[in-house]
Amino acid sequence: MAIPTAALERGRRFDRHAEAVQTEDYHDILDQLEADGELIVQRVPEPYIEVMTKYGRKKKIPTKYTWHHKSCGQCGHIPGYSTAIFWLARKLDLEYIDPIDQTSCTAWNYYASATSNAPAQAAVAHRNFAAAYETGYYPLIHCGTSYGHYKETREEIMHHSHLRHQVRDVLAKLGKPLVMPEEIVHYSEWIHALRHRIAEKQVRDFSNIATTVHPACHYYKLVQEDAIYDEEIYGGQRTATVTGVIQALGAEVRDYSTFYDCCGFGFRHILVSRDFTRSFATLRKIEIMKQEANPDVVISHDTGCVTTLDKSQYVTGVAHNANVGIPVMSDAQFAALAMGAHPYRVCQLHWHSTDNKPLLEKMGIDHEKAWAEFQQDLDDLKAGRKEYLTWEDAG
Amino acid sequence: MGLFVDKYPDVAYEEKLRLWEEVKADERFPSYLYGCYECGICVAACPSARFYDFSPRKIAQAAAREDIELIYEQMNDDVWNCSQCFSCNRCPRQNSPGGLITILREVAVNNGLKSAQQALEGYSRIVYKIMGTGTQVSPDMLQPDAFPDWGPDVKRVSDELDLWRRALPPETLHTTKTGWHVSEQTLIELYLIWYNTGVMDMIANVDEGLNLILSDVMEEMLEEAGYDMDEYY
Repeated sequence: MAIPTAALERGRRFDRHAEAVQTEDYHDILDQLEADGELIVQRVPEPYIEVMTKYGRKKKIPTKYTWHHKSCGQCGHIPGYSTAIFWLARKLDLEYIDPIDQTSCTAWNYYASATSNAPAQAAVAHRNFAAAYETGYYPLIHCGTSYGHYKETREEIMHHSHLRHQVRDVLAKLGKPLVMPEEIVHYSEWIHALRHRIAEKQVRDFSNIATTVHPACHYYKLVQEDAIYDEEIYGGQRTATVTGVIQALGAEVRDYSTFYDCCGFGFRHILVSRDFTRSFATLRKIEIMKQEANPDVVISHDTGCVTTLDKSQYVTGVAHNANVGIPVMSDAQFAALAMGAHPYRVCQLHWHSTDNKPLLEKMGIDHEKAWAEFQQDLDDLKAGRKEYLTWEDAG
Repeated sequence: MGLFVDKYPDVAYEEKLRLWEEVKADERFPSYLYGCYECGICVAACPSARFYDFSPRKIAQAAAREDIELIYEQMNDDVWNCSQCFSCNRCPRQNSPGGLITILREVAVNNGLKSAQQALEGYSRIVYKIMGTGTQVSPDMLQPDAFPDWGPDVKRVSDELDLWRRALPPETLHTTKTGWHVSEQTLIELYLIWYNTGVMDMIANVDEGLNLILSDVMEEMLEEAGYDMDEYY
């Protein structure tokens, strides 16, 4: 039986008043640092959409002229995730840059191995920010860990002048200024802000699709004050991203008791101690979701979460007969499918592990036909009739 | 003297104290620790506490009361169990046990502790990938012998890798050795960051062989680009 959230949905409200918030407002600090000549603040370009954050402050979310800061794990192991984000931008006619002048934030490695330090991590962040600033486009961060880590480095740059000057000096050697975006924006916030425009272009009916949401720890637990909360979603008591777009698309979001738990990714664990990762992902997330909510699909908004929750199910199902078998995908892939995206050319679901065919059937997608079309693409590539699949091919 | 039996009596107290002073000297330390209510909320939220003999509360408490011997033990035996998810940040005292662990790990690496070297055994390939190529994981890491627990699809991905990467519409993703195409100038700038922030020295402290391999790759590219590497030695 699903956990009841009716009281929240009925309209119980916990008012937030930005003027009463006790935490500092990073906007004020950044403005002062810019006025003092310490750094440049890159402003969110218009047109932007304002959303509410945890303590009631407003956050500007850019809609176009975005510089897509890609994610290692998304691009490397589940590339339909990144592809779906770009596809959404194209279908919504929102100009963007997919840069090659971008490195990883390197935070996955930092949280896994500690073979780096605060100045290096901040310098990597600000090299990327400067690269975006040089193009005039605004950084949109694909990875939840990059987003969280960049907010951590923002805290450090704002509050520690020694570190700030150290990073500024390193960047000067690269010929780059110290630039801080006015807002650090995660792609799921961009999707959240655009959810009603996405819903306007919906061509597939998702009203019979039941979902559970896994929110990414580094999205809302690391420097939590500028994660999006919305009074209309969970009564403003949980982060609104992901849930907001699912509901806008008419699908059902079912609650479960371990919503707050992490996925088990663990950074070093997913690479070298996966027994922990598998155990946690299965016992604390997938099995609980299955027992309490029995969803058709789990939707998340981060690289590690989608990977962990999807890939951990195979061996626990086979070896331990665990109650698993829920496909996992990102909010970007889910939204793209709703807008008619091809499950293999765009969402690249063949890179995922858990069987998603029953879900596709429930979404009204003929997966056999879709795979045959994609197989034809592969045959064309193999025969040299085309070198790459293009955006035109993707539809 | 601490509350617990000293598990590392062979290491001088002064050495343990020196490492602790290094932790406290980190600029982030004051904003990660404000004391401890001993409420255990961090433990309730912690994934690692469910599967390991690990407690973020003990980390915060030991740091709060400066229990030098216990902190040294934690730096060796506990910190690598942390998942770094920062679920413990819901601490009502505003502590960040996960943040403390980030610093404890960094000090362990900086000082080449044997436990840190052991924790990172098998991980050097990843460090090489991120520092040398600018992306953390690459498509060609998806090999059945590396991910046998991810099921038979891994072999399929591995067998079809080149073809499947060419079947991706974004032009930047037609890569197999990196997550996306990173420009050479971008890599040069990344290497300069590693050399200018002491990260290469950190690598040398835990894995001398890895440091040599990385240095070879980076110095060749930096020298070709006209940088005088003598400045960094």
